Amino acid sequence: MAYTVTTRTRASSIAGIIALALIAFGLVLPAFASRSLIQDLFFILTMLTLAQLWNLIAGFGGMVSVGQQAFVGIGAYAMFAGVILMGWDPVPAILLGGLAAFLLAIPMAFFAFRLTGAYFAIGTWVIAEVTRLLIAQWKTLGGGTGTSLPREATSDIMGVGAIASLFDLRDAAARDVLAYWLALALAVGTMAAIYALLRSRTGLALAAVRDNDNAARSVGVDAARVKWLVFLSAATMTGLVGALIYVQTARISPDAAFSVTNWTAYVIFIAVIGGIGRLEGPIIGVLVFWGLQTAFADYGSWYLLALGLLAIATMLFAPRGLWGLIADRWGIALFPVQRRLIFEGA
Amino acid sequence: MLLSVQGLTAQYGQFKALFGIDLHVAAGECVAIIGANGAGKTTLMRSITGVLRNAPEMIRHNEDPIGALPADLILQRGIAMVPEGRKLFPSLTVEENLRIGGQVRRGTGRWSLDEIYSLFPILKDRRHSPGTALSGGQQQMVAIGRALMSNPELLLCDEISLGLAPVVIRDIYAALPAIRASGAAVVIVEQDIARALSVADRVYCLMEGRVTLQAPAKDLTREAIHAAYFGATA
Amino acid sequence: MIWIDVLVQGILLGGLYALFAAGLSLVFGIMRLVNLAHGDLIVFAAFAILLITGSTGLHPFLAALLAAPLMFAAGWALQRFVLNRVMGKDILPPLLITFGLSVALQNGMLEIFSADSQRLAAGPLESASIDLGPVTVGTMPLLTFASAVLVIFALNRIFYTTALGRAFRAVSDDPTTASLMGINPKSVFAIATGLAMVIVTIAALYLGMRSNFDPSIGPARLIYAFEAVIIGGLGSLWGTLLGGAIIGVAQTIGAQLNPEWQILAGHLAFLAVLLIRPRGLFPRAVD
Repeated sequence: MAYTVTTRTRASSIAGIIALALIAFGLVLPAFASRSLIQDLFFILTMLTLAQLWNLIAGFGGMVSVGQQAFVGIGAYAMFAGVILMGWDPVPAILLGGLAAFLLAIPMAFFAFRLTGAYFAIGTWVIAEVTRLLIAQWKTLGGGTGTSLPREATSDIMGVGAIASLFDLRDAAARDVLAYWLALALAVGTMAAIYALLRSRTGLALAAVRDNDNAARSVGVDAARVKWLVFLSAATMTGLVGALIYVQTARISPDAAFSVTNWTAYVIFIAVIGGIGRLEGPIIGVLVFWGLQTAFADYGSWYLLALGLLAIATMLFAPRGLWGLIADRWGIALFPVQRRLIFEGA
Repeated sequence: MLLSVQGLTAQYGQFKALFGIDLHVAAGECVAIIGANGAGKTTLMRSITGVLRNAPEMIRHNEDPIGALPADLILQRGIAMVPEGRKLFPSLTVEENLRIGGQVRRGTGRWSLDEIYSLFPILKDRRHSPGTALSGGQQQMVAIGRALMSNPELLLCDEISLGLAPVVIRDIYAALPAIRASGAAVVIVEQDIARALSVADRVYCLMEGRVTLQAPAKDLTREAIHAAYFGATA
Repeated sequence: MIWIDVLVQGILLGGLYALFAAGLSLVFGIMRLVNLAHGDLIVFAAFAILLITGSTGLHPFLAALLAAPLMFAAGWALQRFVLNRVMGKDILPPLLITFGLSVALQNGMLEIFSADSQRLAAGPLESASIDLGPVTVGTMPLLTFASAVLVIFALNRIFYTTALGRAFRAVSDDPTTASLMGINPKSVFAIATGLAMVIVTIAALYLGMRSNFDPSIGPARLIYAFEAVIIGGLGSLWGTLLGGAIIGVAQTIGAQLNPEWQILAGHLAFLAVLLIRPRGLFPRAVD
């Protein structure tokens, strides 16, 4: 019987078109959106990217990291170092953030991969703590109290002038637009890259390694190589996002940049609530998270308490998250990575 | 009836392993269940002992429906199993492996640590060794002793001769009369047909998840067994 | 002479870390579960003791005696009603649930008890010390260390000489076969987590009497506990004590060189051991 292997679904074809339209819409949005909407979207896009990256290593790769804040923090600090110590423009300095995160990920993977299963999680946390403590010793960048980007660096970011005159905005608002565009580019780029990866042979290998390390090895999958590849790529991207977030924030401290709550707990909750191990999960998760944040963030720790309980409830009653519920109910996959056999004439 | 199984079905995902098994065991009886690999013997054992859950009425013990009970409650009702592959606890010594068998249910029968040691004297010498340091035959003795420690009314033995030398198998089967004398009914799951027929009162033959033959052991002919075992009319 | 003092203080500090670690090690050994809320549960227990001392005027030691059964019940219920539902081959759900619990506990305590530093008042014991010739050691650190030794000794007795310990080991080896022995693995898990919470209470008692605590310090305690467990080797309780001592000594040496390096030095010692002996100093043969 003739057959083909496909991952395409009808919903995915429609979703592809909608996605392209959304991206185009996102690009021109600053022409008519308010500044606060742009800021909200910046927050959503950066958190979405972080959640997709965590989802890649934990949900698809089975490596449950609780140390993602290390990459956000080191990325942000590297960008600050580029600006303050080397006089770089903040935007190209974001690339330094990616580089620094990549370099940190090498020893981190080296140590953490020695720990199996659940202990991997705490191992990554320890290394994030070590990084935070070391950075806090870096007096030129403010030590434990932190520092700000110098005014001359933020007032003269490349492209801001052009954006300001294009949309007739003040500089501060134009900076937000620039940061938003970069966040959009990172989010789209990350998701496209993850999607492509999951549909490639490496993606299959990753799933095999997650499900059964030894079995994957026995059929010729180089498990260690796949894990390294995914872990380092995710770290690099996380570093870029961290640097971008702090270009926008313009003020840094070790406690904030290496915050386990902001850069790992929130991110995990987004992925858990939306649905682990699916590209659609973090998208729906970040929207829910943003809604909750907007509505309840004023309640401070009550809000965090509720978020923690919500994550627990999701793991107990809907372990595949909101998107899992939707997919089970209607069988939709917007980003299908599941391979299906189609028998021709069947 | 001590144990009765009626219309038992079982499946693993899409794969159906049992298609309506009917079977019964009377008190004090010795029943052999024979069948080729994949006939469903182990699935049947796992269902009876509660490792696999079923509809309550599919399995009854003294007329009570027990099909949905978990394994620990099945043991507490007096149904003990010697699992396939022996499954001794590697962290426990021989004596601890035996003790844990009688830790939750002691029953009222004859079996105690001393009685097990007199049934299998070699175990007394090895009692402080880790269970898994023993030879296969000795491990099998521990597994049988462990199940007996709860003084069961019904002892299920899953493939107790698997992987053992004939002389060792003979030693192990030599313990069976003593076990039956203590009043327990015994179900023996075997691939070694001759061995099973030599000890059993009645025999069930399973093939592809169905009972293909049920008869008193003494009435069975080679041809009937062959037909039931392989499905061929030789 | 100063270095002998540093060494002794470090080892005694290690007793506290071993107390943090023993409960974590117990739970991991039996059910391969890592409780990311372990540190926050220690802080929670410290607040429980504080509440009891505050409302009854009892000495913290007696208050801990009252808190212990409550913590046992909390641990039992956590395992029985929450974690048992997700125990299985996939480590992700229990890990994320305990992570959610960690965040929820921290913030719940923050709302109830505020971010203010608290301390369990132990009276004259706090400043008492004993002269041991070359070094003078605080009575409290000595007591902590002695308690750690006692806890680990008791845990070993439970593990290797009682029916409960036999059930712990059997369930750890093979829960399905254990259930064929009439043991319900899930009840055993619940008892184990309850027992871990009793140890957590003891750890909380010393944590609160020796230093200030507030709702935010849980994760750091988890990390110390984890480091002690890994250094000692998974499943080895005495190894955990040694692991605690190594971290304690590294921290006091670091602090001696520069007060800012105390915590960092402990982490670096952990990484060094992980580099040289990835399975810890006393790895269990069967795992």
